[in-house]
Amino acid sequence: MLVTITLDSPVGSGINAMDLSHLLRKHPAKVQNFELPVGTAYVFYPECTEQRTTAALLLQIDPINLVRSKRFRGNSGILDYYVNDRPYAASSLTSVAIGKVLRSAMTGISPSHQELADARLPLTLKLPVVSSRGGHGVDLVSALFEPLGWTIEQQAIELDEEFPQWGDSQYSSVVLSGVERLDVALRQLYVLLPVLDDSKHYWVGDDETEKLARQGEGWLENHPERDLITQRYLVHQKSLVAMAEAQISSADSAGSQQPGDSAETSSVVPLRVERAQAVLNALKEYGAQRIVDMGCGPGALLRRLQADPYFTSIIGTDVSARSLEQAAAALHLDERSDAQQERIKLLHSSAVYQDERLNNFDAIVLMEVIEHLDGSRLPALVSSVFGANSPRVVVVTTPNVEYNVKYPGLDHHALRHEDHRFEWTRAEFEAWAQETAGEHSYGVQFRTIGANDPQVGSPTQMAIFSKEQA
Amino acid sequence: MSELQLPEVGLVLLVGASGSGKSSFAARHFEAFEVLSSDYFRGLVGNDETDQSVSKAAFEALEFVAGKRLEAGLLTVVDATNVQQSARQSLIEVARKHDVLVSAIVLDVPIRLCFERNEQRGRRRVPPGAIERQHKELKRSLKSMRREGFARIHVLDTEEQIAQASILRHKLLNDFRDQTGPFDVIGDVHGCLDELVMLLEKLGYRFEYDAEKNPANAVHPQGRRAVFVGDLVDRGPDSVGVLRLVMGMVRSGAALAVSGNHEDKLVRALRGRNVNLTHGLDQTMDQIQQAGAQLKRDITDFCASLISHLVLDEGKLVIAHAGLIEKYQGRASKRVRAFALYGQVTGEVDEFGLPVRYPWAKDYRGSAAVLFGHTPMTEVAWINNTACLDTGCVFGGQLSAMRYPEREVVAVDALQQYAEPGRPLESPFGPQRESGVLSMEDVTGPLRLKTSSMGTVKISAEQAAGALETMSRFATDPRWLRYLPPTMSPAESSQRPGYLEHPDEALAYYKKQGVSKVICEQKHMGSRAVMLLARNPERFDAPEGWLGTLHTRTGREFLDHGAERELLAQAHRAVDACGLWQELDTDWLILDGELLPWSLKAESLIKDSYASVGASSVAATQATVQVLEQAAGAGLEVSALLASVQEQHRNARAFRDSYRRYVGDKEQLRFAAFQVLAAQEKTFESKDHGWHMGIAQRLAEAAPKLFIQTEWTSVELDSEEQVQAAVDWWEQLTQAGGEGMVVKPWGNLQRGAKGWIQPGIKVRGREYLRIIYGPDYLEPQNLKRLRQRATDKKRARAIHEYILGLEALRLSAQGEPLWKIHQMVFGVLALESEPIDPRL
Repeated sequence: MLVTITLDSPVGSGINAMDLSHLLRKHPAKVQNFELPVGTAYVFYPECTEQRTTAALLLQIDPINLVRSKRFRGNSGILDYYVNDRPYAASSLTSVAIGKVLRSAMTGISPSHQELADARLPLTLKLPVVSSRGGHGVDLVSALFEPLGWTIEQQAIELDEEFPQWGDSQYSSVVLSGVERLDVALRQLYVLLPVLDDSKHYWVGDDETEKLARQGEGWLENHPERDLITQRYLVHQKSLVAMAEAQISSADSAGSQQPGDSAETSSVVPLRVERAQAVLNALKEYGAQRIVDMGCGPGALLRRLQADPYFTSIIGTDVSARSLEQAAAALHLDERSDAQQERIKLLHSSAVYQDERLNNFDAIVLMEVIEHLDGSRLPALVSSVFGANSPRVVVVTTPNVEYNVKYPGLDHHALRHEDHRFEWTRAEFEAWAQETAGEHSYGVQFRTIGANDPQVGSPTQMAIFSKEQA
Repeated sequence: MSELQLPEVGLVLLVGASGSGKSSFAARHFEAFEVLSSDYFRGLVGNDETDQSVSKAAFEALEFVAGKRLEAGLLTVVDATNVQQSARQSLIEVARKHDVLVSAIVLDVPIRLCFERNEQRGRRRVPPGAIERQHKELKRSLKSMRREGFARIHVLDTEEQIAQASILRHKLLNDFRDQTGPFDVIGDVHGCLDELVMLLEKLGYRFEYDAEKNPANAVHPQGRRAVFVGDLVDRGPDSVGVLRLVMGMVRSGAALAVSGNHEDKLVRALRGRNVNLTHGLDQTMDQIQQAGAQLKRDITDFCASLISHLVLDEGKLVIAHAGLIEKYQGRASKRVRAFALYGQVTGEVDEFGLPVRYPWAKDYRGSAAVLFGHTPMTEVAWINNTACLDTGCVFGGQLSAMRYPEREVVAVDALQQYAEPGRPLESPFGPQRESGVLSMEDVTGPLRLKTSSMGTVKISAEQAAGALETMSRFATDPRWLRYLPPTMSPAESSQRPGYLEHPDEALAYYKKQGVSKVICEQKHMGSRAVMLLARNPERFDAPEGWLGTLHTRTGREFLDHGAERELLAQAHRAVDACGLWQELDTDWLILDGELLPWSLKAESLIKDSYASVGASSVAATQATVQVLEQAAGAGLEVSALLASVQEQHRNARAFRDSYRRYVGDKEQLRFAAFQVLAAQEKTFESKDHGWHMGIAQRLAEAAPKLFIQTEWTSVELDSEEQVQAAVDWWEQLTQAGGEGMVVKPWGNLQRGAKGWIQPGIKVRGREYLRIIYGPDYLEPQNLKRLRQRATDKKRARAIHEYILGLEALRLSAQGEPLWKIHQMVFGVLALESEPIDPRL
């Protein structure tokens, strides 16, 4: 991992480029090395003239220690393998090195050259390998550095020249040139390299917010991407992650956003809200007070059930333990009274296995669940829900694939979510529901959820199975 | 001297006032853990044995512990005064809940003795008034206790009797665990004497006749014993004849029998109770009246003596007329008898107006095989280790017997239809008896997965929870997922300079385990794959035309439906062409192998991980080399640093070359088979690898577009030459870009001095290992640390997974219920999963 900082002395500027070494407080004729927890940092000057001086910060990371040491691994997952890009790409490790090795330069205080330290200097920063991981196709380099006045020269790095069909890698080499105070430039790198890389390697302490404020002083306040920078810079702090995820989950139904879920449909109510409301209405209409929300995800429906005293006993199940953790957080289960904890419970369970613990409830809700199962496993779900648990009422919602033409962002024949194993037409859903109802002595009726288009129907379809109407 | 008989499974109440000597009596006759003393429980919950204010809590705790013991089938003695009816009733409830008998031992000693002993108790003294009250209550209890539900009440009313009493523990009437067979278990006869005689003849029994030439006994020359599942009588032509023969066989020891509901009703009718003479009982009563008074008495005694169920063969076989759930096996209570004789009904009635029977076999998870009758079926089939032997002989079906332990069905056709069934005969495969249903209980940890001959593997709750999502959402259908392969351990780290793995260590491992010959197989650069090929989809509960499945080591399908079908069809043709179906006498088989190219499954891994690291490492090291060269040009002393970064740059390029070899044409799928895992009723873990490689070769010759051969060489470990040749072979293989090799014991499954031997050890090539350990792993300072890796844990896990996988195959081959197979397969996945805390 390498960063170079070049100071040019334009004709007539009166700047001696060699003074860069004074600002950095590193001797220009020596190769200095610094032992850091992650490896060894070297500072040296590949060129050093009055016209142009370049300082290089080279970080030689110890790849074995990085993976083996619990201190670095954290729970990011990236260091689960010896093969990773940490030794090569600019990342939070670079920030650590800058913070340790060039700390005094970052303060902007220079006992010998304060005037130079206070001056905006013609600087060139070179980063041979920058990752923009997690950019979701949007390259953040310009968005982050351009508003700060840098001119950007960016060269994408090919993934593998032997397989040109793979296209570019997530890395590029970046040259930033502009006029800026050295301390500001260093602090910008310090904050923005981890933001670009988006995978912090170490445990972020409580003072991290404060650190961000300090290093961002003078440039972050008015940065148009300030929110993104803050979010990403802090993203690996656990409580903040939980908070962020709770926010995400509140905007989401099955732990996965589908088109229309947050977009406004015909009314001002987002589809996910309409869907949950429709399920709640159906449950009340059928007098179901003891509810199982099967495949509850992070708890979107559970929170509504919890808030309504009509529902006396609630169980949320999910096959993903992660989703249940999120649901438990969203429901604030650990802060609830004994009575509330008795009223609402979460179980790790799978819809394709029979689960006796779910017997004797009024209703089982399968809201946006069946489409996450392979078609061949549906009979197992039917057998466990309708056959074994056999509640009085079963409510099933699932996307209506016919409606997909209404989503301009969705490719032809594409499904709404990458984990959907299928999406049914109205006829397919009704055929399945009728057969299921017939086999298990239920009656069934169908409802639309969301804007009902005369040609393609509603975005979500719902079936209400009931024993009374059999 | 009085001998007190007690059933060896059950609850015993000691009854007597304080000071009557209960505790010392208990200490003399029972083991320490068998006695639950109320005083002791007062101490446990309240720190004071005499504190009466904690009695309620103490008894709750005592009853809880008693319940756990009874659940486990342990004799349990309650040492409390038990002089109040309410106290006894509460304990009797505990016994009923666990379907065990309750006995009482009453110590009715003179009250002065209680007073005397009480005086010696010191601090633990009871107020004398309390003793008086208890004594009175005891006297009252002696009269009422007869009606409280005790199986036996022993009253000891003198000191001498108490001193001389001894305890005799007896087996329960249903306990025939010491009888190991072999047995011929015979279904509902219903008065069909001719068919019974035909069946017994077919089973090899020899008959004895009475003076009137009636068959009166039948004995098997090899000592086999017949077991009748009840319903000997009614509906058919000769109930008396059947009873005469069966009674003779039971008397002579040639047969055992349990009661059916028809015998139960017959006894009541014979004893003059008011019974509806329906379902053929009227004919039976007529036949008995004509047979004479002596036979009538014998029949009454015989039928009245029939017990509800039999537990045979060390608990591995249970006989009950209507079947029996695991919880009731070997127990004695009214509801056990009711279940065994009449079965359970759901409360609903079917379209014929008959009660719908509770399909207990569908949920049966017991380890004992249960043979039963009661419900006429179209055929005999094993459902979850249970089988109904009633094939409706009296309705014109068959009279069936199950040979045990052979598990062969022997049947004779009915000579005619003697009665009209109330509803058509059910198929054992009907939806009511679906055996493919899996339940959360099957996969919720902690699990103790017992194998038939390779020990028990424990799966923690966390491990099981960790596999639930993968199995539910990503794995192929459990009905088709019959096996998952074990992880493979690498060789121990090599100490040779420049090597992390080397054949020496793998070969040395096997030599140390006492293996004399190994096979070295080329390790293909693909993904571990399991291929199930089937010509009989019904065996796998799959739709018609289904050909099998191809899945990864975590149970995921490799291909979409169409591509999978095409590949499997090709594989089928290859198996056809080799004549393997006939040779293995099978309709299905499971192959273990490697699917190539690796990029089929791993392309995103290659792109996102390997190629990304390749791109960033090449670019970063190249830029660094340039900057350092510039610095050197400027006169800085950077030569060591420059040399090191140059080396890193070469390593980065070598790393790229390593992963590039794995990128293949995804349209060109190849399967390298290396083992036949199972087929029909067989598994092949004890066939040597030469045999397996031979089959792989034939498949490759039959269908070279799909199957490819694996290069291999065998090594006698005592031959230095052969060992050296194997090392050279590995060097060549890996220098040519090969991944490496796998060393396996030639004889396949083998046990060493300290347990099962690793089924295979991989020795990977130097270059290949870059994509595991990083571009710079061979740098001496890195290699030194990487050598310190613990292979022990991985090896223990590999063995556990191997055992579970083999057991899954064996269970499949034996046609065992799906839930058992699934538990084993699930266990393998659980051991491979990141543990998750299942409690929330």
